Parts: sequence; C-alpha cells; structure tokens
Amino acid sequence: MPSRARVLFWSAVVLLLVLLPPVVAALKQPFYLDLVRRVMIFAIAAVSLNLILGYGGMVSFGHAAYLGIGGYVVGILALYGMHSGWLQWPLAIGASALAALAIGAVSIRTSGIYFIMITLAFTQMLYYLGVSLEVFGGDDGMRIKTRSQFSGLVDLADPVAFYYLVLVLMLGSLYLVDRLANSRFGMVLRAAKSNEARSRAIGLSPYLYRLAAFVIAGALCGLAGALLANHTAYITPDFMHWTRSGEIMFMVILGGVASSAGPLLGAVVLLVVETLLAGWTEHWQVILGPLLILSVIFFRRGLAGALPGARNG
Amino acid sequence: MAEALLRAQGLCKSFGALRASDSIDFELLEGETHAVIGPNGAGKTTFIGQLSGDLRPDAGTIRFAGEEVTSLRAPARARMGFARSFQITSIYREFTALDNVALAVQAHAGHSFRFWRPAREERALREPARRILEEVGLGARADVLAANLAHGEQRQLEVAMALATGPRLLLLDEPVAGMGSDESQRMVAFLAALKGRQSIILVEHDMDAVFSLADRISVLVYGRIIATGTPQEIRANANVRRAYLGEDAL
Repeated sequence: MPSRARVLFWSAVVLLLVLLPPVVAALKQPFYLDLVRRVMIFAIAAVSLNLILGYGGMVSFGHAAYLGIGGYVVGILALYGMHSGWLQWPLAIGASALAALAIGAVSIRTSGIYFIMITLAFTQMLYYLGVSLEVFGGDDGMRIKTRSQFSGLVDLADPVAFYYLVLVLMLGSLYLVDRLANSRFGMVLRAAKSNEARSRAIGLSPYLYRLAAFVIAGALCGLAGALLANHTAYITPDFMHWTRSGEIMFMVILGGVASSAGPLLGAVVLLVVETLLAGWTEHWQVILGPLLILSVIFFRRGLAGALPGARNG
Repeated sequence: MAEALLRAQGLCKSFGALRASDSIDFELLEGETHAVIGPNGAGKTTFIGQLSGDLRPDAGTIRFAGEEVTSLRAPARARMGFARSFQITSIYREFTALDNVALAVQAHAGHSFRFWRPAREERALREPARRILEEVGLGARADVLAANLAHGEQRQLEVAMALATGPRLLLLDEPVAGMGSDESQRMVAFLAALKGRQSIILVEHDMDAVFSLADRISVLVYGRIIATGTPQEIRANANVRRAYLGEDAL
C-alpha cells in the first residue's frame, strides 16, 4: 500500500477498535466485545502463520499446535495453583518456541506436500496427546477457574481491560511481523520463497533462516494460545484440532498472503461471517463454504489486495 | 604463466546409464576466460552444476584457489567467491531489479539474522546494488519488477547479481541464449569489458560470442573433453570439426 492509504487504513482500524468498548457498553451489547476480542486473538495466530506461510512460503498445516501448547501451559499451571501471568505467559511462549524448534528442525528439511503432511502429523500427535491426558480432562479438557494474574496491573476478569490488552498485543504482533518481513532476515526468507536455487547460488542457505522464522511464528502463536485460554476460560484438545489449523490458514489466505493487513482482515471476515451465519441457521457451514470458495476466486490476492491502492511489497 | 584458480580432475557423473561427465579434467587460470562448447546433451550444464556445487560428482576432485571444495555445497562455494548464471534465467521475479541485486550484496555482507531495520533503507546494500545496475546498463530500470523486464534485461540482471557478490569466479551458463542480436551484442561487449579482470567459465552455443571472448576453449562431447586450446587451435582441430563444429560453422 502507498504510505498515505496505509496510514489512513491503520488509523481507521485502530480508532474503530479503541472506540468499540464504549460503543458496545452504550448499546448494551457485550457479546460483540467478546466476538472482537476473539477475532483479535485469532488475528495474532494468523499473523504469526503469515510470517512462515506468506513470507516464507512454508505451508504449515499444523499451526494450531502452538495455540494448544500456549493454552495448555496456562491451563496446567492454573490447575496447580500457579496463576501468575508473568510466569504463565513467558512459559507458554517458550514452550511453543521449543516445540516449533523441534517440529521445524525436522519438517523444514522437506518441502511441498511433504512439509504440509509432516506439520499436520506433528500437530495430530499433540492433539491425541491432549486427548489421552486424563489428568487434564482428556477429551473434555478442563476449566480454568482463575485467569492469569498480573499483580493487579491488568484484570483479565474485566472484559474491557482484557479487550484492550489483546488489542495492544495484536497491534504489537502486526507491527513485529511487518518489521521482520522487511528486515534483512525477512528479505532472505522471501527470497528463498521466490527462488531457492538463486538464493543458494548467491550464497544464502535458507535452512537456518526458515527455522528461525518457524520458531518466532510458533512463539507468537503460543501467546495467542495463552490469550485464547484466558478468553474461553477453558482448554480442550480441540485447540489443536486440524480443522483449527485449517481455519488459521484460511484466514491468512482469505486476507491475502504476505500482506501486513491480510491476517487481520481474514480473521475478521471469517469469524464475523461465521458468527452471523451461525446465528441465522444451524446449517451455516453449507453457506460459509461456497462463500469462501467465491472469495478466493474473486480476490486472488486476498482481501488486502482489494483495498484501495493495494500493492505488493 | 598464471597459477590455476580452479582445477577439476577426473570428474565423473552418471544419471542411470548416461555418463554425463566422463573423467573430465579442466583448469581455469586466474583472469582467464575459458569457454566450454559442445553439442546439445554433451553434458555442459551437468559440468557447470558440479563446479557450482549444485551437483555432487560421483568421482573426481575440484580444487579452488588451492583448496579442495569437492564436498562443499553451492551456498558455501558462493561465499568463497563462486557466482553463476543459469541456462534458464534465475532471478527473484517478484522483486524489483534493485532488490535482486541488493539481495546478492546482502548475501555477502555477513549473516542476515538482523530482524529490525528495513533492508530497503540500508544504504550499505542499496548503493552498491545501484552502482552495479548502472554498470550493466540497467540503471534506469532499477525499480521495475524483475518479472516485467525484457528477456535480455533479465539476463543482464542475472549477471549483475553474480557481479554483486564480488566473485572470484564467474560461471556463465549460456548468457546470450534466447537474446535478439542487439541484446546479444551488448552482452558480449559487456563480458568483453570484464575480460582479464574476472576469471570466467563460459558455456555457450553462440560461436561468435565464444570465439570473440574466450582465451581458451574446451570441447565437450558425450561427457568427455575431446580438445582444449586457443580459439585458433580449436578451429584447426580436425576432431572438433568432425564432432561438432561442422565444415560450415567456420
């Protein structure tokens, strides 16, 4: 996007999101606050996936693994009475990063369909691990009775405070990934996606850069997982179900790969349309499916590509 | 006599029953332009691939500047000073011409685990890149997407990327292939200007280009080098005429 349209777009987005809580309160529609908070949490997951899928060309079909790991770290620590968010969240991020390091170290050696399958397989393993852990509720998961505590600084039980925290973290994540994508690191990542043979010929081995991106993406998605666990106050293996990975991937593709606004737009449209349709008929998936197909056909470069003045870069 | 910059000995590479390289001995002197010619399917690209590190020979050794590099892969060799162009143009199509060259500069400016500063605002990358684009005659096309450049310009861009790495050895795989005669003449003139300053291995079908650029020529037929010599010697060689050049080629 040219810088002027870009500034305008992001100002409008931030303004809208900042003004939402008072508007919702005035209209007495707290449901929408909940919906938008959920959208923003998924936008963090989607923007983290966009780093590796959009910029890195690594089509990970297992990104929900880190939502699950982040969520379970919060849930498990809470179960054992450790409620401090200062402890829970860094651990959620760290555990996700470690898992991404292990999964990435193996899967990045493959490419194409094998990469998709191997990332899917790892996440399915984690999913069944979650199902088999009876201590943590197995299939049913477990309730998180006390949300993460931040020394009284932010009270996550207060929907509005939690909303603003998620807003800040989401904007931070969008900014972070945008900076990464345009740094030397990001250029190497994008170049390797564009033409790996050329990269090798000028002396760039993509492996370590891809692995680093994979770990950063996992860590960021782990944060989204910690947020989601606090949002639902519940954690189940469904966090890691393959359909969840597919949903995040769809947000990225629908919004527009390798664009800074894409993941947010994708998360907004997918979750809002889903919610509206679900309120209207229980057969909402029959309508959502064709809508998604049409959107991919008509917005080749994603929704972000349809913004006025949109351009790659 | 200058010392050999690159020396390949006994290179063999087979694909199934096909012997694409059959005990090739080859050397390139510092500052020399050494052309490799041969009919289609003679194994020229396979040979270049082994020199660049994209293919691993079944047998034989490659030494570069006195060091054995046979087991090093392409990125490691590139960091030692190998640079190549491909038979089929290989550039970053989604990036501008300037981005392409800046990436080549970046690849040789230390590691790229730098996460924050926008690379497109780094003068240390952009200015050398812009200078090299000017040098190859693409200065006015710096901000055009590589995909939108004309075919000849894309070939020039590929050479610019190779030069941007500050190479000690240029491996050029058919640099004038598919070019119009104007474009082709411009490229030959450009390569002629590099002569002596750069050590070049040139694989080429265009005999005008080869005979005007090469200091020495090796002729590759069915995976074997059947002759090596100056352009005059190659022209006069009866075996070469029979195997490849044909009576009317000269």
